[in-house]
Amino acid sequence: MTDGPTHAPVARPEAPSASPAGQPASGPVPATGPWRTALRHLRRDRVAMGSAVVLLLVVAACLLAPVYEKSIAGTDAFTSNVNGTTVVDGQEVPVMQAEAGGLGLGVTPIGPTGDPAHYLLGADPQGRDVAARLLYGGRNSLFIGAVSALLCCALAVLVGVSAGYFGGVVDGVLSRVLDVLWAFPVYLLAICLSVVLLTSGVTLGPVTIDAGSLALPVFIIGLIYVPYVARPLRGQVMSLREKEFIQSSVGAGASDLRILVREVLPNVLPTVIVFLPLMTSINMLTESALSFLSIGVQPPDASWGTIINDGLGLLYTRPAVAIAPGAAIAVTAVALNLLGDGVRDALDPKAKLRGAV
Amino acid sequence: MRLSRQSAALAGSVAAVALLAACSGGSSTPTASGTGTGSGTSAASAGTVRPFDPAHKGGTFLALAKAAGGTLDPQVNYTLQYWQLYQATYDGLVAFTKADGEASFTVVPDLAESIPTPTNDGKTYVFTLRKGIKFSDGKEVTVDDVVASFQRLYKVSSPTAGSFYSGIVGADACIKTPKTCTLEGGVVGDAAAGTVTINLKAPDAEILYKLAVPHASVLPKDAPAEDAGTKPIAGTGAYMFESYDPNKALVLKRNPNFTEWNRAAQPEGYPDQITMQFGQTVEAAVTAVQNGQADWVFDDIPADRLGEIGTTYADQAHVNALTAYWYLPMNVNIPPFDNLKARQAVNYAVDRAAIVKLFGGSNLAAPVCTILPPGFPGHVDDCQYSKPAGATWTAPDLEKAKQLVQESGTAGQEVQVIVQDDEVNKAIGENVASTLTQIGYKATAKPISGNIQFTYIQNTKNKVQISLSQWYQDYPAASDFLNVLLGCASFVPESDSSINIAGYCNKDVQAQMDKALALGVTDQKAADEIWAQVDKAVMTDSPQAPLITPKKIDFLGKRVGNYQFSKQFYMLVSQLWVQ
Repeated sequence: MTDGPTHAPVARPEAPSASPAGQPASGPVPATGPWRTALRHLRRDRVAMGSAVVLLLVVAACLLAPVYEKSIAGTDAFTSNVNGTTVVDGQEVPVMQAEAGGLGLGVTPIGPTGDPAHYLLGADPQGRDVAARLLYGGRNSLFIGAVSALLCCALAVLVGVSAGYFGGVVDGVLSRVLDVLWAFPVYLLAICLSVVLLTSGVTLGPVTIDAGSLALPVFIIGLIYVPYVARPLRGQVMSLREKEFIQSSVGAGASDLRILVREVLPNVLPTVIVFLPLMTSINMLTESALSFLSIGVQPPDASWGTIINDGLGLLYTRPAVAIAPGAAIAVTAVALNLLGDGVRDALDPKAKLRGAV
Repeated sequence: MRLSRQSAALAGSVAAVALLAACSGGSSTPTASGTGTGSGTSAASAGTVRPFDPAHKGGTFLALAKAAGGTLDPQVNYTLQYWQLYQATYDGLVAFTKADGEASFTVVPDLAESIPTPTNDGKTYVFTLRKGIKFSDGKEVTVDDVVASFQRLYKVSSPTAGSFYSGIVGADACIKTPKTCTLEGGVVGDAAAGTVTINLKAPDAEILYKLAVPHASVLPKDAPAEDAGTKPIAGTGAYMFESYDPNKALVLKRNPNFTEWNRAAQPEGYPDQITMQFGQTVEAAVTAVQNGQADWVFDDIPADRLGEIGTTYADQAHVNALTAYWYLPMNVNIPPFDNLKARQAVNYAVDRAAIVKLFGGSNLAAPVCTILPPGFPGHVDDCQYSKPAGATWTAPDLEKAKQLVQESGTAGQEVQVIVQDDEVNKAIGENVASTLTQIGYKATAKPISGNIQFTYIQNTKNKVQISLSQWYQDYPAASDFLNVLLGCASFVPESDSSINIAGYCNKDVQAQMDKALALGVTDQKAADEIWAQVDKAVMTDSPQAPLITPKKIDFLGKRVGNYQFSKQFYMLVSQLWVQ
């Protein structure tokens, strides 16, 4: 078992021959594998490392949602609490506050209190704790973003590698399928699929996904972005197929399966790894958009998109309900993109490391 | 077209009543003023009709709406948005009084000189047409125009042709073959005598109400025998439609041929021009009115602007109770609500106080336990499903509800609450789903477009278990709620026009309703007592869970005066002062 690609004409980092600062090495550089070199470069990328820390904090906070909900806030993030009360400055006050002056029109959820134990970020239109829902929503948004990115990359590898390696009819058929998917504006396709599948769920052979299941947005989002990953992979594999090491394997009588597994896949893996954080970010944004449109995560479940939707009607009086998940999306998406940039820089031999510029 | 809450319900009643064509026995007797000739405040039973004040005549009234209300044809359009405007542009033989409050329920003569006493055992009405009234195109209104207008109702497939007006002799043939409709023997004109005779197949206590709505407007006999769409048809009202671009604006100007003949029916208007602009968000419309750039927000005020309007702009807001209610129809024919205890559990469990808050607070809505709204004919305060039970609702009884769900054997079943996708409906739907989860179901709220939700929940093919719906009266009669929403004839399986959404049909209750309908022709008080019993009996069966009765806010510009709220057609637009 090797610790990296056996042949890496495309993705193998050239870092071992150069210092992080781009200067000639002052002494003999110990021989290391390309993965270790890439990791070393990544560690030296402060922006990428900072992004990774931010991501870890976000993920940790979201995973601790039940702890916050039960032990700190003492609320139920999924049950309406329109007639409930909370404590502000030692006074018991209603969560939904009726306008007392004038004609007495309107009932407004309590705003941010700054007290983690009592509606830190205020209440949503159902009187639920926005902070608790934000954490639960983050779990769903990140889960859907990450799992759909994995699904997307897995499908893209299958399609892109097959099309690029076998060529001919296989390539023709798969490429046309990708063309068809590509022809649709991505959000339009996602909305169409969501509207149809959310009505009745989906059955794929023995697997049935219920209409309200989180697996549904994972499946939809994972599917619609396949062409965007499969296309570059196909091109890369077509290029690889002409390389000498592949031709040597063919000449040596290696089977297609062996060549794919031992020669091709290890060489496209760095590309896939670069795609993963970027696709996670894009998929998370797509999930939020669909949930905002009520065709992603379904209530009473939460995602950052559904919470923005909940806050839409309160923009004028309680903007925090929409701003909090919006900020969470922005921070997470930026962190994922910066981390993705760092991973790409670390794995791409032609790119300059930020620290070397 | 996106319907407002009110108009959605109004449109729904079309479909509903269409199913009741066969049972047009009539219910409550319309309050009618006898003569009402002349002008000013002389109309009988219309004491609150305000005299005209020429000092305030002139100016342009600018209303803002999210979207246009569809066709301009008064015999086709069935939205509140344009029905409000038709009050100033078209007339029928009779009209609801243009006045504030309860007086607006009174039917007064309009193009007819007086309201006739029915003859032939209540089946024949002979109306004498006023002389000298002209359409906005200058032609005089004749008996032929009236007869042609009734025929046109069927030729343009008016949404109420098969319901409101199916009791007219000859209507059956017109419904069958609209293009050749003559209403032979049903609507007969006598040009020499200047009379129009309407013959009914059976006495109908509600016929005057039906003749007072815009679908019975009198139009020129040469009006196109098809939906006029965006082309205005000449009318007799104080205003006429000047131009209409559904993407931009609808403009009304004074009818140059109008002279006031009965102020209670068709009063002279104040603004020289009424413009309704389309395309702005409601938020933007509210801001425009606050800034004095517009005079009225047609659509419902967004929840997060209510507080501001109720305090800073309180003197520009007008809040009025409506004869309407919001409710949860439960499908009595499919699980889990084919079980009586499951339905009663929902009635015990729903937190009506929470729903009042979600609607905008106690000054905008009140909890209800009955189908007939408070103040409506036949309404009696009674709440079986409160903790404790009493005349009015006090609090939900979750323990009782949980117990009933367990006893029903339906606990753990999946339930979808189908709601419209606007903020208020979604919030109430989520609250109801949360409540259902608490009492033992796996419930979710499913918001769908307001444009289709109303028909979707009516069609049994969609297997809707429970939904959120609203009902706003067409006219002030108990039958318009109980018989329309829960009568056996209103349940049409596999149809988008099955306004008995619960699919409820209790033969005993139906017999009671039929009895009340028949009695209403002669003894309305006795009939209303029966309607009260019907309301109680239906609530025991719990095919629906009444939630709240809403109020309506009209938010007007600072310069606007002389606000009047007709309980029948809401704000009287033409009577507003803008200077």
